[in-house]
Amino acid sequence: MQQIIFFFIRNKNFLLFAVLFIISVALTIQTHNYHNNKYVSSANFISGGVYTFRNNITDYFNLSKENEQLLQENLMLRKRLARLQETIVIEKLDSTVFPSKYQYYTARVINNNFSKTKNQLTLDRGRNDSIKIDLGVISSKGLVGIVSDVSSNYATVQSILNTKSRINAKLKKSSHFGSLIWNTKDPNVVQLIDIPRLAQLEKGDTIITGGRSTIFPEGILIGTVKDFHLDNDDNYYYVNIDLFNDMTSLENVYLIQNNEAREILNLEEGVEDVEQ
Amino acid sequence: MSNSDILINIVRFILLVFLQVLVLNNINLGGYINPYLYILFIVLYPLDGDKGLLIFLGFLLGLSIDIFEDSGGVHAAACAFIAYIRPVVLKYSFGVSYEYNSVKIRKADPMERLTYIASLVFMHHFVMFSLEIFSFKHTLLLLKSTLFSGLFTIIVIVCTMIIFNKKSQ
Repeated sequence: MQQIIFFFIRNKNFLLFAVLFIISVALTIQTHNYHNNKYVSSANFISGGVYTFRNNITDYFNLSKENEQLLQENLMLRKRLARLQETIVIEKLDSTVFPSKYQYYTARVINNNFSKTKNQLTLDRGRNDSIKIDLGVISSKGLVGIVSDVSSNYATVQSILNTKSRINAKLKKSSHFGSLIWNTKDPNVVQLIDIPRLAQLEKGDTIITGGRSTIFPEGILIGTVKDFHLDNDDNYYYVNIDLFNDMTSLENVYLIQNNEAREILNLEEGVEDVEQ
Repeated sequence: MSNSDILINIVRFILLVFLQVLVLNNINLGGYINPYLYILFIVLYPLDGDKGLLIFLGFLLGLSIDIFEDSGGVHAAACAFIAYIRPVVLKYSFGVSYEYNSVKIRKADPMERLTYIASLVFMHHFVMFSLEIFSFKHTLLLLKSTLFSGLFTIIVIVCTMIIFNKKSQ
């Protein structure tokens, strides 16, 4: 017994180090799993508060650019509205509670990183603003990411610049779909894989979200084809995509909630049960 | 450790964390190169201070950075590692004489000091980037990040030490 105690005393530094190292590696591995409840996340009271404070200061430097972007978005929405009014029967628009499949929220990005391999953003909205895990996040120019963790006032977003992200996307002109991934090299270029060889690809083709997930509606802009080549077994294209979004300067974003997501997921789970 | 030493170390801890998360993490030179100045806390921790306490404080320091960075425990692991390995690094950089408290980091021979800083920095960066990238597919990225961020960190640490050394004299 005494020897055991002596052993502990003699090696106490090593044991302390080993315990702490194992804890931190466990924390690391846990964040590599897709949105489990995280213990260490910037969506908490202290770091959220500090980032909000910083953002309140740095916001002023980008105001003119932000305004410009919002103006352009307004212009685009107005054009679309005008086109809609021409085609839709007026009685339908009378109703103020027009039932929609998707619900939108706004948020501000208070922390953004894009230089690591698994990048995250922090938003200033949380559970109290009815933000939930798995909501899609877009900006006025295109896709941003998916909410991975929420606290009462803040939320973290797994950006598309994250090696764990796989988002369904397709070619706008031919509807061939594939998965969006990131090879960690350039924060403005992402990759689209699994596009079949039959697809007619050209430089400059537009890529949009595919609508096959319950997270993003169909047709959200992602980017244009930069270049492409066949992958190793010559069956699929590996496409580099220039993002419309500048992922290095995000300020205002929108969150999308699919009101029918639960219904769809329940239904799909039911199908799996039948197969078993 | 005297009382003033404790106070200095507490202030240094807090200042370095804030400097790191609010300023230095946003530099992104060439897309991915950042200096990790906060390990200066471990570099400058008193040589006669308690080693167990340093391991714990190193872990806490890394964890604070992780909380802000959303990176799980990569900084915590790297900091705990260099805090644990520091006595060994001290011994091979300054020779055995450091054990008799005759060495002051600020007054040591510049070459020995550089060896000490560079060893800690590269070990820290290597552990941190391996855990962060966490796949064999990106080995080149791991080596590149370690090398370039490491050099950047060493330059920033040496500059910081020179500036504050002059002031205190």
